[in-house]
Amino acid sequence: MKSKHIPGIHQQNQTDLPVLHSFKRRYRSPSEIGFSEWLAGLPAWVPFLVLLAAAAWPMTALAQGSNYTTGQAFEALLRWIPFLVGSGFFLTIVISFLTMLVGTVLGVFLGLGQISQNRFIAKFCWLVTQTFRNSPWLVLLFIVMLSFPFEITIGDTIIPIPDWIKAVIGLALPIMANISEIVRGAINSVPTAQWEASESLAFTRFQTLFQIILPQCIKRMIPPWMNWYAILTMATPIVSILGVEEVLNLTRQAIEAEDNHPELLVPFYSFVLVIFFIYCYPIARLTVRLERRFAVKL
Amino acid sequence: MIEAVREFFREMAADYPTWNFVFFYEQTQWEKVVSGLWMTVQLSVICVILSLVIGVIGAGMQGARSPVVRAVVSGYIQFFRNTPPFVQLLFFYFALGQFTPTYSPDGWLEIPIISNVGWAIISLSFFAGAFNVEIFRAGVEAVPKSTQEAAEALGYTRLQIFGYVVMPLALRVSIPALNNNLVNLVKTTTQAFVIAVPELLYESVTIWNDFPSAQNPMMTVLFFAYLGLVGIVVMSMNKWERTMRIPGYGG
Amino acid sequence: MSNTPTWTPDQPIISLKDVRKSFGDLEVLKGVSLDVMKGEVICIIGPSGSGKSTLIRCVNALNDIQAGSITVEGQEVHDPDLDKLELRKKVGMVFQQYNLFPHKTALENVMMAPLKVLKQGKADVEERAMKLLAKVRLQGKENSYPGELSGGQQQRVAIARSLAMNPDVMLFDEVTAALDPETVKEVLLTIKELAAEGMTCILVTHEMGFAREVADHIYFTDRGVIVEHGPPDTFFDAAQDPRTKEFLSQIL
Repeated sequence: MKSKHIPGIHQQNQTDLPVLHSFKRRYRSPSEIGFSEWLAGLPAWVPFLVLLAAAAWPMTALAQGSNYTTGQAFEALLRWIPFLVGSGFFLTIVISFLTMLVGTVLGVFLGLGQISQNRFIAKFCWLVTQTFRNSPWLVLLFIVMLSFPFEITIGDTIIPIPDWIKAVIGLALPIMANISEIVRGAINSVPTAQWEASESLAFTRFQTLFQIILPQCIKRMIPPWMNWYAILTMATPIVSILGVEEVLNLTRQAIEAEDNHPELLVPFYSFVLVIFFIYCYPIARLTVRLERRFAVKL
Repeated sequence: MIEAVREFFREMAADYPTWNFVFFYEQTQWEKVVSGLWMTVQLSVICVILSLVIGVIGAGMQGARSPVVRAVVSGYIQFFRNTPPFVQLLFFYFALGQFTPTYSPDGWLEIPIISNVGWAIISLSFFAGAFNVEIFRAGVEAVPKSTQEAAEALGYTRLQIFGYVVMPLALRVSIPALNNNLVNLVKTTTQAFVIAVPELLYESVTIWNDFPSAQNPMMTVLFFAYLGLVGIVVMSMNKWERTMRIPGYGG
Repeated sequence: MSNTPTWTPDQPIISLKDVRKSFGDLEVLKGVSLDVMKGEVICIIGPSGSGKSTLIRCVNALNDIQAGSITVEGQEVHDPDLDKLELRKKVGMVFQQYNLFPHKTALENVMMAPLKVLKQGKADVEERAMKLLAKVRLQGKENSYPGELSGGQQQRVAIARSLAMNPDVMLFDEVTAALDPETVKEVLLTIKELAAEGMTCILVTHEMGFAREVADHIYFTDRGVIVEHGPPDTFFDAAQDPRTKEFLSQIL
């Protein structure tokens, strides 16, 4: 940390002309590691405060004219929790896991393709990456949801493709593109001298990549990769728009099943917020810890 | 000419039932696509402008002496940067929308003064604005104190220093980050879908609900429309960056 | 200078009386007094951290002072009612790091302050700016951006930029300290010509040979006080104070 410069007291840096300082952001963007930093930076009691506020909300705001009490609302919530978690949130996690798996596998290939020496492959992979990084998630989701068949027939067996599998594919596309950029960025962060050194030791390009370069930068990819997992998990409720029965969708259904009392809204949705927090918070903490530990100079 | 194009797509729909470009030969559907696209463009442009204004004001407030003002701005940034924008849209529209006054043009219909389009503009502008505050702040910090002092020694007022020296330089270093954020904003306008803003995605969905045979063509158009919009933003920002480049610095 | 009726050219153009300045607990100037007559060139030398730069930055009110008084043409600089614009028209300053505006060409850098601050006419300003750039031997570089110029060239643009305001006094704050040895000379030559034309100059410098050649009076500061001062020959050849002697023996 540079202390404040006092003219005439501190010797000024003689070589670095202060034409423009570097552009330093105080926060990093969510898609880098910023999301995890933010989440990990929240005190653990924040969501419980929300829940507490939720408990107080209906008494003050909606107390007039209704005989449905907050107590009843929370009783209803308790009744529904096993279903919401066991069925809804479970599906959320399954979707996020599978999406990450598919996205990572495809993304690694795409990222390696981007640094291929074959100009055509490199250009093609770059184009695919940019296309899916820059298309709106919702548009991709709609396209996959509608254009994929609801069942496929192989021989005599009909394999149904449920909605949530299609959601996985739709979400995996942007994830793939972002993983591709992580891979490319990490490989490019290794100094070119490393490539030259191993080339002069007669390693092939393939050997250099897998034995010299990737072992150096694989650690760097882990925190941004985990960060994307947290972003993805937090973004999965978006698939409820398309009718996938994940936790947000089931919550809405549960509220409807409980006769749509407005008092239900805040406890139920706050509960959703809290389970997402409980799930993502430790991941974010770990991400930030790993990022710090792996922040070695190459 | 137009009639020939329409005829072509009409025949195509007859020959290939899954490729019914209904909006290319039916006036109402065509108008839906155009009005959706127009809404998306309007949303994008208005939100870009408002978010830039929020960015400049917020960056100014972050440099304020009062710790309360700074804390408010930084709380705003932290909240809006990291929560999903569609949650913000829902929150603005359903939670805050409840408390906005309504008016009654005909005596019995209650219309809120802020429509869903209004809430989308507010919500998306604040979302992108949060990033812009931070980007401009970093840009201002990149302008060395000594350059400002030189201007001060030449007799510039504070406002002149900001207008002639700090802002032009800050803007230049901010462009790449701004570029990313504005692209993201254009992408995020699709999420106004959740509060039924009739933008391109919303109109597309209504079209393929009415004409299931138009699904494939509509999705193709949708996909390329967004790539095109994003492409325009990226290209114009790159052009701006090139024209603003200071000779002799950076590469 | 209607607001400074008391000043006549036979009085010091700049006068410091017992100036004290501190940054928090750190007292940098511990009672400094000096007078500069019109047309005089004075050099302030001394070890780093002795407060030389702070001293001249107080003269054009870039830094404020805690006690004492500084007057320029009879006008108190640290008077809260002072019109800083008037002061800065009278007192030009050149910095160690040039501090040109990187987004403007050399010519624009010189023209900007007269146009925007003094609101003078464009044609007039441009003509004067061209002359000034020619004077600092930068013809043909008018349309170059600072980033395309060498350090010495940038520093000469900075001098021209300051001169464009028609100042009565010029302050030079270690203007050669950030330059390559080869380009130091061209900047010093420019300053020497300026001094020869009768410009009142205050220089903070580490170039002892230059100071001896160009200055009418040398001040030596150490730890916030003026230890010794005198005409260059006396100062360099017959220093009295042990601190001055030690400094000179290390430097020469």
